[in-house]
Amino acid sequence: MKYEFNWSVLWSGQSGGWLLQGLLTTLEISALAWLLAAALGMVSGAMRTVPWRLLRAAATFYVEFFRNVPLLVWMFFWYFGVPPLLPRPVQDWLFNHGAEFWAGMFALGVYHGARMSEVIRSGIQSIPKTQFEASVAMGLTTFQAYRLVIVPIALRLIVPPATSESLNLLKNSSVALTISVAELTFQTRQIETYTAKAIEALTAGTLIYLVLCLGIAAVMARVERRFAIPGLIARGG
Amino acid sequence: MLDLSVIVNNFKFLVVQGLLGVGGFAGGTLRLAIPAIVLGFVLGIFIGLARLARARWISAPATVYVEFFRGVPLVMVIFWIWFIIPQLLRFPIPEYGVALTAFVIFEAAYFGEIVRAGIQSVPRGQVEAATAVGLTRAQTMRFVVLPQALRNMVPSIVTQMIVLFKDTSLASIIGYVDLTKAAQIVNNREIRPFELYLFIAAVYWICTYSMSRVAQRFERRTA
Repeated sequence: MKYEFNWSVLWSGQSGGWLLQGLLTTLEISALAWLLAAALGMVSGAMRTVPWRLLRAAATFYVEFFRNVPLLVWMFFWYFGVPPLLPRPVQDWLFNHGAEFWAGMFALGVYHGARMSEVIRSGIQSIPKTQFEASVAMGLTTFQAYRLVIVPIALRLIVPPATSESLNLLKNSSVALTISVAELTFQTRQIETYTAKAIEALTAGTLIYLVLCLGIAAVMARVERRFAIPGLIARGG
Repeated sequence: MLDLSVIVNNFKFLVVQGLLGVGGFAGGTLRLAIPAIVLGFVLGIFIGLARLARARWISAPATVYVEFFRGVPLVMVIFWIWFIIPQLLRFPIPEYGVALTAFVIFEAAYFGEIVRAGIQSVPRGQVEAATAVGLTRAQTMRFVVLPQALRNMVPSIVTQMIVLFKDTSLASIIGYVDLTKAAQIVNNREIRPFELYLFIAAVYWICTYSMSRVAQRFERRTA
């Protein structure tokens, strides 16, 4: 069994278009899921540090439950498990508008929101407690102190771990192929199925992921330098 | 609404065979996760040490290895191994071998980074003192640096073990019958996705959460 390389399968026929579509879908699902994850992470991460026990417990439950279960299981749960329980019109709308994309996006966002929450919590906890006390002493309410002082400082401290978590999200979007979202890995497999050229197809997909991840990491390294707070540099998670 | 009989009737298949891997066929989440964790960590130690080597011809390939595998999705690596191994060996190997190879290769990059960070967290003075009392570089590493580094690494190692344990669910993509695949098989017959997937989510949760609790107790004792 000798393998015959034929790299032209990547630009002849439909392969190029499939790869491009896959890349766009990967970026789309990752961007939407990232917005969801960032919002959930910020709210629940802040909630885990507030002085009210009930809010803390709710946020802890969300984080501990969602991040300790495999993403694949959440994909199946949100795609196969939940839609049948929704009202009929909602179901019809979903299945006419790419239910697998929305379920995948939701699974990805909720899962990574729980992981992002830990990043933000550790950022908040690395801020000296006096910042919060000074804000309250100046007459801010707890909510104002978080919104105006604590969370903005925390966000500047957590750029490095938040970047690596965002890249995890991008890479994990490949799991959505299991519920047949036509993202990059899915399209790579499709090229392999049509052309029987596995190595060429996988190389193309792998290179695109590498370029995306290394590119984003390089850009964020510059952002990190710009946003670093002198004297308050928290490295790592 | 909730029909729990589907769980009760298939409990043995899901938990005994799917999770533990005890039964008539090759499968099981734990049977994949435990060797993957052990072998991935062992390979990770070598990669972490290689990255810190003085010789560039050792450290450069290790750096490329780590950067490469941290820049691609695990799913992609699984597919690579799935296609490459039959080409290299000229015969196909079972899903178990494919999945185990993919996990070990992939996770070793992450374990390698943990090992590297752990070693770098040991104060320089320790190495200097060890050299001053006449230990060789290898002895310094073995008796002074690694024991302290390992202690610093424990939290990250456990986190990575939990990640790997969850990642084993991806072996179901190539047909390995783990807990996730077992739930899919039952669901194809019974069509109770909500109950089944919520149930296996709970099973995974119990495993991972107890791992993190054990780690917390361990940390308190060694800290």
